[in-house]
Amino acid sequence: MRTFSRRKLIATGVVAAAGASGLVVAGKLAKHYGLVPPDAGGLYGAGETLTYAAQRLLTRHSMAREFTRNQISANPFANEVAPLGDAFQRLQDANFADWRLTVDGMVARPASFSVAELKSYPSHTQTTHLACEEGWSYIAEWKGVPLSHILGLVEPLPQVRYVVYRSFQPQWWESIDMADALHPQTLVTHSMNGTELPVAFGGPLRLRVPRQLGYKNVKYITHLTLTDSLKNLGKGWGSAAPEAGYSWYAGI
Amino acid sequence: MAEPLRHRHSSVVRVTHWLTTLSFLALLVSGVEILISHPRFYWGETGNVRTSALFTFPIPTSRATFPNGYKYTLPDQNGWSRYLHFQAAWVAVLTGLLYVGFGLLRGHFRRNLLPASADLSTKGISNVVAGHLRRKPRSEDEGWSYNVLQRVTYLFVIFVLFPMVIWTGLAMSPAFASAFPTAVNVLGGQQSARTLHFFVTVLLVGFLLVHIVMICLAGFRDRMSAMIVGRGRGDVEGA
Repeated sequence: MRTFSRRKLIATGVVAAAGASGLVVAGKLAKHYGLVPPDAGGLYGAGETLTYAAQRLLTRHSMAREFTRNQISANPFANEVAPLGDAFQRLQDANFADWRLTVDGMVARPASFSVAELKSYPSHTQTTHLACEEGWSYIAEWKGVPLSHILGLVEPLPQVRYVVYRSFQPQWWESIDMADALHPQTLVTHSMNGTELPVAFGGPLRLRVPRQLGYKNVKYITHLTLTDSLKNLGKGWGSAAPEAGYSWYAGI
Repeated sequence: MAEPLRHRHSSVVRVTHWLTTLSFLALLVSGVEILISHPRFYWGETGNVRTSALFTFPIPTSRATFPNGYKYTLPDQNGWSRYLHFQAAWVAVLTGLLYVGFGLLRGHFRRNLLPASADLSTKGISNVVAGHLRRKPRSEDEGWSYNVLQRVTYLFVIFVLFPMVIWTGLAMSPAFASAFPTAVNVLGGQQSARTLHFFVTVLLVGFLLVHIVMICLAGFRDRMSAMIVGRGRGDVEGA
């Protein structure tokens, strides 16, 4: 009763060819406009690219929700921290007077900042949500220097596309694109809920990226590197997260 | 008495049905996997192991920080589970858009799923229920079209449960919440969204189980053939 007509076969072929070439063009366009995440290779690359591209098209300039002081969590959870070791203890005993945040890579003026210097810069305070990929969360008031202010001091070269940030704990290194790096709510945080940032929560310095999940909010940051490519870092997937099986973009 | 093979489901319905099936199973497995890293639910904006919970599942978890009394921790599988969950969500959403677009353009909803207003009455519904309770033999028409309860259920799954599960899922995303804060606030906050995501999933799994039982009762081979190659006999095997 229902047979394959030649017309139907040709129509299906045309649609399939149009779809396939459409995908190739879409892929090229996405790459051109920086919509492909560094962990786009492999089994889940299509989903990751769709997510990252959609987020960059829709949420590039959106602001994380800010809450009132009444909504600050009375019981924030710091999560577990691997032992920080003797070197960290010595820095902590000296009240982090010798802690440095070094900024290098594709910048006109590489620099290194002490915690006291960072605290003397214009600060931004925000009451935002921190959510872990596991499902739990808390709200705190975070105070710090906008990352964009620090980038302004070191003068990024025009081709810069990512900021790589490293922790005192060498296993933690992450990177964000310029949409997040220059976002006004992205802070080099030094205070939480009106006091110095506690060590358990990442003190003396933690990078707060409130539009991404907890694991992008790296504790104990010591090093920022500006770069135009993530290919030569680690396995080339952008950060430690994909090497541990987690996605690079954690805005979801 | 074998009826001739008749056309039952269009190719778009069949392809989108199986794509939805595959992506739903991937979402379910990865969702359960993510859940066992923190099997605790809250209401409002925030919640963690230091705050009180709405309810907790007393199961072993994949995180040593979770206080559940077990002496062992399951291996962490959240990385690939999250990758798979979001990729499958894209497949489900794009498939859903294709299906709904097709259904509206080609009259699939109007013709096959929208109940006739006469059937939507208390009498119409009780007739169907009473027929089932009396194990009345099925009329010929019923092999080829859905009764009022089936229509209402399918429409509820397509236009209420699926949109709700997508919405509550998106509401957990920090970047989505920044762009569409109202979509999160009206749910009561991000932890409320997570709890609602769980309950809508329970309803969807409930639908899936009843759906499978019904397929078996109506004649598994015939219904599968209708949904795979598009043709079936419509009579009841072994009933």
